Amino acid sequence: MATNAASFRRQHRIGRAVIYGSLFFMAAFYLMPLWVMITTSVKHLDEIYAGSFIGLPQQITFDAWRTAWSEACNGTACRGLKPYFINSLLLTIPAVIMSTGIGAINGYVITKWRFPGSNVIFGLLLFGCFLPFQAVILPMAQTLGMLGLAGSLPGLVLVHTVYGIAFTTLFFRNYFVSIPDELVRAAKIDGAGFIRIFVSIMLPAALPIIVVSCIWQFTQIWNDYLFGASFTAGENAPITVALNNIVNVSMGRKEYNVDMAAAMIAALPTLFVYVVAGRYFVRGLTAGAVKG
Amino acid sequence: MSRSTPLSNRIENWLPRLVLAPSLLVVLVAVYLFICWTGWISLSSSMIVPKYDFVGLNQYVRLWSTPRWHTAVFNLFVFSTLFLALTTGLGLLMAILLDQKIRVEGTLRAIFLYPMALSFIVTGTAWKWILNPALGVQKVVNDLGWTSFVFDWIAQPTFAIYCVVIAAVWQSTGFAMAIFLAGLRGIDNSVIKAAQIEGASLPRIYRTIVVPMLRPAFLSVIVLLSYIAIKSFDLILALTNTGPGSATEMPSTFMYSATFRRDQMGVGAASAMMMLMTVAAIIVPYLYSELKESRDGH
Amino acid sequence: MSTLEIDRARKLYGDLEVLKEVSISIGTGDFLVLLGPSGCGKSTLLNMIAGLEEISGGEIRIAGKVVNDLSPKDRDIAMVFQSYALYPTMTVRQNIEFGMKIRGVSRAERDKAVKTAADLLQMTHLLDRKPSQLSGGQRQRVAMGRAIVRQPKLFLFDEPLSNLDAKLRVDMRTEIKRLHARLGTTIVYVTHDQIEAMTLATRVAVMKDGVVQHLDDPQSVYDRPANVYVAKFVGSPSMNIIPAKLEVKDGNAIAIIDIPGAATAQLAGIPVSSQAAAKYAGRGILVGIRPELFSVTGAASAQKLSVNIDVVEPTGPDTLALFQAGGVEVTARVPPRAVAARTPATLAVDTAKIVLFDAETEQRID
Ligand SMILES: Nc1ncnc2c1ncn2[C@@H]1O[C@H](COP(=O)(O)OP(=O)(O)O)[C@@H](O)[C@H]1O
Ligand SMILES: [Mg+2]
Repeated sequence: MATNAASFRRQHRIGRAVIYGSLFFMAAFYLMPLWVMITTSVKHLDEIYAGSFIGLPQQITFDAWRTAWSEACNGTACRGLKPYFINSLLLTIPAVIMSTGIGAINGYVITKWRFPGSNVIFGLLLFGCFLPFQAVILPMAQTLGMLGLAGSLPGLVLVHTVYGIAFTTLFFRNYFVSIPDELVRAAKIDGAGFIRIFVSIMLPAALPIIVVSCIWQFTQIWNDYLFGASFTAGENAPITVALNNIVNVSMGRKEYNVDMAAAMIAALPTLFVYVVAGRYFVRGLTAGAVKG
Repeated sequence: MSRSTPLSNRIENWLPRLVLAPSLLVVLVAVYLFICWTGWISLSSSMIVPKYDFVGLNQYVRLWSTPRWHTAVFNLFVFSTLFLALTTGLGLLMAILLDQKIRVEGTLRAIFLYPMALSFIVTGTAWKWILNPALGVQKVVNDLGWTSFVFDWIAQPTFAIYCVVIAAVWQSTGFAMAIFLAGLRGIDNSVIKAAQIEGASLPRIYRTIVVPMLRPAFLSVIVLLSYIAIKSFDLILALTNTGPGSATEMPSTFMYSATFRRDQMGVGAASAMMMLMTVAAIIVPYLYSELKESRDGH
Repeated sequence: MSTLEIDRARKLYGDLEVLKEVSISIGTGDFLVLLGPSGCGKSTLLNMIAGLEEISGGEIRIAGKVVNDLSPKDRDIAMVFQSYALYPTMTVRQNIEFGMKIRGVSRAERDKAVKTAADLLQMTHLLDRKPSQLSGGQRQRVAMGRAIVRQPKLFLFDEPLSNLDAKLRVDMRTEIKRLHARLGTTIVYVTHDQIEAMTLATRVAVMKDGVVQHLDDPQSVYDRPANVYVAKFVGSPSMNIIPAKLEVKDGNAIAIIDIPGAATAQLAGIPVSSQAAAKYAGRGILVGIRPELFSVTGAASAQKLSVNIDVVEPTGPDTLALFQAGGVEVTARVPPRAVAARTPATLAVDTAKIVLFDAETEQRID
């Protein structure tokens, strides 16, 4: 009996070791690109060409970061990422606010003020979550041209807001269905109307999903490339487009440290959000599994 | 039975509809009308600018007789198959391992998931550097003493697509893991305990009881990953720029370059419609079943 | 004047008729309980009174005023919900004040009203908490406080106790009763629990499938139920409904009940009019006997029946004795240890309180 227990315990310990071993191995693999990006971005170019890929830098230098931020060339100009970083901020913030606000109202109507056909409308909106944008790029370009918004930041804000509504509506709809209808009834008896109930009762209760929606939209819009490349030109490009241009410029010796610094700069805002509010980020991801 | 309702009541009754109307209008235009518009262009002879004539299915015929499109479709097939299999498999494995009461679960989960926060452009840039044969992984292994080691897929037309797979799997596994983990956490513990009392081993319990119970999670993961696969565009541009040659062309990149670079707007629109139909064939039944289920659940 | 009059109110969801011409009228200070099983349309009716559901047909009047087209806030009502429906992000005080704020009540008056309600319900110490920090009973109290500060003509309660555990439910029941007595308000109260209905109501409306089966004070509903459905729904254990034959001897109705393994029982002294007795003479009827009408001792003149006891179920204060009669299982409530299982017994019956029902329509025979 005793030996049995001992062998059982040994087996258990080996099992745990295997589990932890595999997990840590995978973690190393997932961290490797980040490690390589960071270390490369603070190495001298000579050190990189001398063959240091994975190792620690012999000497840390932030020259590459400075270059990437304010000097790197993207084929037309050599002003670094800074102006495009600002573009992305100017475009992301209003688009996030507008799409989240509209999604909140839509979700509220669809769950708490159902009317014949409101479910069909929700179904129509939902397909927008999974639209391959290639199917609408051409008409959108034409329409933006007609509106006089072609190639401009406001045009891109409009595009992101419009195609963000589907997802934000889904978020809020799934959140609001779990709030009991009796709450709305109680408020009606208290004399509150459509708008009052939304502002005083639903919105304050929806704080978590507002955060989820904002984070999701922020990540989506900041990371977008297709719309940015299709609907903006030159000066107005968002950061992803500028990054790709900088990396693909082929003049002289390739400056890998600058590429990596630029990639890090483009990644930092979303990484920051992920580190600060990862829990909400995950909720946004799994909301794609529609259920509700 | 008709009574005169006070005006304020009537406005209140119509307000919800009024509020939803702009969104509905915008979506009807920007999604459905635009799809029809693209469909129309795909039936026209548009080249540089849209022309609204009608040439039947000519553009589709042209599309399907373009070797580059064949490459794109073939690549999409190879890419999606591998991407789906690897991401789902790895994601499930991670989720199961993480579900074993791991002490640093939170940290590990964060590590597996952070790539999802990155832009595909960033991912592509990073992996391009890692997979670079002259200075990247190959060089590291060579320097360690294995001088004959070769890992130059990214420069090989037949293998470059696998590089895209590697980067895409790296980026998306965390997503599959998150959904599987949520599924695992939703399973009633007593089922597993009951099986343990019967004397079943842990791997067996997972194989025969737990994994089959994850069916809804599998459905979500596979559908959503297929969607990611079909529309993947930025990753290709940043990692291989559809090269070497056009070895890593995909429908999404094909559509973009046909339309904006090669002045074949009609062909581009036709390829967009092909993509749309593929996505719709996967997503519409999925949405339908999800919504129907949630309604039945009430 | 009636405080609430429901006049042939109907409710249709598409083609589905959920309420069929319901008419109920109650006076000031009445406590009306809508009693019925889940899905019979109680909440729908209550929501129509509140203005939360449209009225498909008929009229509802509150204090003489037709309210069909008035919005809830203009109907002078307050409502307490099953899930309490407290606004989750507001404190208890803000919850109670919300309606007054919307109506533009001044700060001072609001404070006074909140204080009065809080004192009445003994929840002054809870005023600054959020609903999530309250127990079920406390939430219930807050929900009632929110209703009280409106000082409405009519209070509406939708199954307010069904989310509470058994002990708390009894306490809160008493509290509601006390509140009703103290404030003298008019209340419409929905429940599926017949004990709640009996203890609280001054008027009970027993409903089934959108139709009011019986509307009366609770004791009358209990003693003289309008039909077999009401008889079985009200009271626990429910009324025994025993198939029997009616005969008339010397103008007196006698119910004849078959009892297996014993002599046929002949029960006289049943309260039924001579016309009805004549009409049903020689026909099959249903005899309704409450379990407590049976007893083991009785005057020599009492009506008796000899039975074979199958099972006894002690409940503490008394024992339920089960036996066969008229082809059904019958329950008698007798004193503890008065009878034993699997033995014959002779039981007396208080026939003056027996109710007869038509075998086909299942309606009471008077
Ligand atoms: N919005 C609705 N549409 C269709 N049928 C409904 C709706 N609301 C309630 N019903 C139906 O009306 C009946 C009465 O419901 P309800 O008043 O909630 O019952 P109770 O409160 O007595 O349990 C039920 O059969 C229910 O299915
Ligand atoms: Mg109900």
